Amino acid sequence: MTKDLDELYQSLILDHNRAPRNYRKLEDATAHAEGRNPLCGDIYDVWLKVEGDRITEVAFQGQGCAISKASASMMTQAVKGKTVGEARELFDRFHEVVAGEGGGKGGLPAKLEVFQGVRAFPIRVKCATLSWHAMKAALEQRGSGEEPKP
Amino acid sequence: MPVTATPPGEVRGARVPAWDVARVRADFPILSRQVRGQPLVYLDNAATAQKPEAVLAAMDRYYRDFNANVHRGVHSLSEAATAAFEGVREQAARFLGASRAEEIVFAAGTTGALNLVAQSYGGSVLRPGDEVLVTEMEHHSNLVPWQLVGERTGAGVRAIPVSESGGLDLGAFERLLGPKTRVVAVTHASNVIGAINPINAIAEMAHDVGAVVVVDGAQSVPHLRVNVAAMDCDFFAFSSHKLYGPTGIGILYGKGDLLEAMPPWQGGGGMIQEVRIERSTFAAPPTRFEAGTPPIAEAVGLGAALKYIMAWDWDALVGYEQALIAEAGRKLQTVSGLRVLGEGADRVSVLSVVMEGVHPHDAATILDTRGVAVRAGHHCAQPLMRRFGVSATLRASFGAYNTPAEVDALVEGLHEVRRVLG
Repeated sequence: MTKDLDELYQSLILDHNRAPRNYRKLEDATAHAEGRNPLCGDIYDVWLKVEGDRITEVAFQGQGCAISKASASMMTQAVKGKTVGEARELFDRFHEVVAGEGGGKGGLPAKLEVFQGVRAFPIRVKCATLSWHAMKAALEQRGSGEEPKP
Repeated sequence: MPVTATPPGEVRGARVPAWDVARVRADFPILSRQVRGQPLVYLDNAATAQKPEAVLAAMDRYYRDFNANVHRGVHSLSEAATAAFEGVREQAARFLGASRAEEIVFAAGTTGALNLVAQSYGGSVLRPGDEVLVTEMEHHSNLVPWQLVGERTGAGVRAIPVSESGGLDLGAFERLLGPKTRVVAVTHASNVIGAINPINAIAEMAHDVGAVVVVDGAQSVPHLRVNVAAMDCDFFAFSSHKLYGPTGIGILYGKGDLLEAMPPWQGGGGMIQEVRIERSTFAAPPTRFEAGTPPIAEAVGLGAALKYIMAWDWDALVGYEQALIAEAGRKLQTVSGLRVLGEGADRVSVLSVVMEGVHPHDAATILDTRGVAVRAGHHCAQPLMRRFGVSATLRASFGAYNTPAEVDALVEGLHEVRRVLG
């Protein structure tokens, strides 16, 4: 296996792909969005339960590749318990890591650094960020006062 | 030279002339490059084929030596460009077995050609309650245009089902056909599973109820000898870029009397007879359907591609590609948890697989690190994905320059996929 491939499919990513965490529908969600990549057909639902300013529950379901599924799984773990502002901040940091942008401002849980391997495969950046975009969209829709979709 | 096409199902056992793949490979400069440090194994020909030196040189020469607009100038360059452009129309007519060059319309590609037929023919004949029959295996480009014109005219779109083995259910087709059927829009060969559809039989049945047959030939022309007169289809579309020519141009064949009766699709320069402020009259086909400056360099490139492939021994090519795809089908069975979709179909050298527990994108990325280019996704055929209960497939498609060693590279790569992803 090449070094690039080794870094892309680290055991942590494979583990989350096989056994995704928080993989369920959240019945009492207060925010929801669908992340869809029309080019490849990947689709994820992300649900959040926000109490006050804090995200108390996160869950997801959907279909996609190992990168997108593992990323969604680890996203749910990363944002659970965070404030809405902290979750948005995490989104920015994560995006910087996978796209290879920014000066590495830090602030990202070490586990999420495994997605650095995506940089060698630019076409896969969208896979890694799909559920993160859905999470951010869910928070924004909620912020605009729209009714959360069940 | 035999002139009848060899049905792919009958190749085995027959004496097939040899195909000199090394000689063909030498004509394609890109095949000598490396990808991620490995020799390129290009198995994404159904998406677009690579281009031979003859095509590259012809387009370069056009821009260097006789670049000018066509049908407009009286100067020498324009005359040369027009002669080259119209010469390609005649070549395309010969390639498809059309009786007249006037039955050949230049379009932007298969998609452009099919939209032209849907908007112009469909838009003028469809009435509320009429039906357009498509198939479950259509590329979105032979489905969505019919939905759009259906919304405008009140006509409905229904689909001929695909069987588990990958063929069309012709019994169901017969039941769907009726006095309301105006159009049968069908692909000649599936861009996902490669299945070849029996256009002759479909055309006979469709004509019995007075419907016209619109064939998407994008995936058949690179692999099968096509003759529109023998197939008796009413419209036939293909893209240059899947036939070893440049992007940006394609061909629409239409029966002369049908084209004659069709209104213009797009308005603009070149397609008119006389223009007044209030109204205009229009040129005869094919000019009526070619508004604006056409892609001239691309036409010249397509002409070079047609000249190049029409010099091939097509019996040898078809035999070679069929042997290659059969070998791929056999060897892929050694990969655990792998399934070939529509396995029973007679197919061009295109096939799709799914692997238990492995998403096609991950497989495609791992293959890419080994220099193997395949396609992963829904292939613009979401109804067919739904039919087979999958969200995406991994597709390998072979062309005239692919080799048995490249089949092995694909199979070894998929064994590696299994090792990496479990």
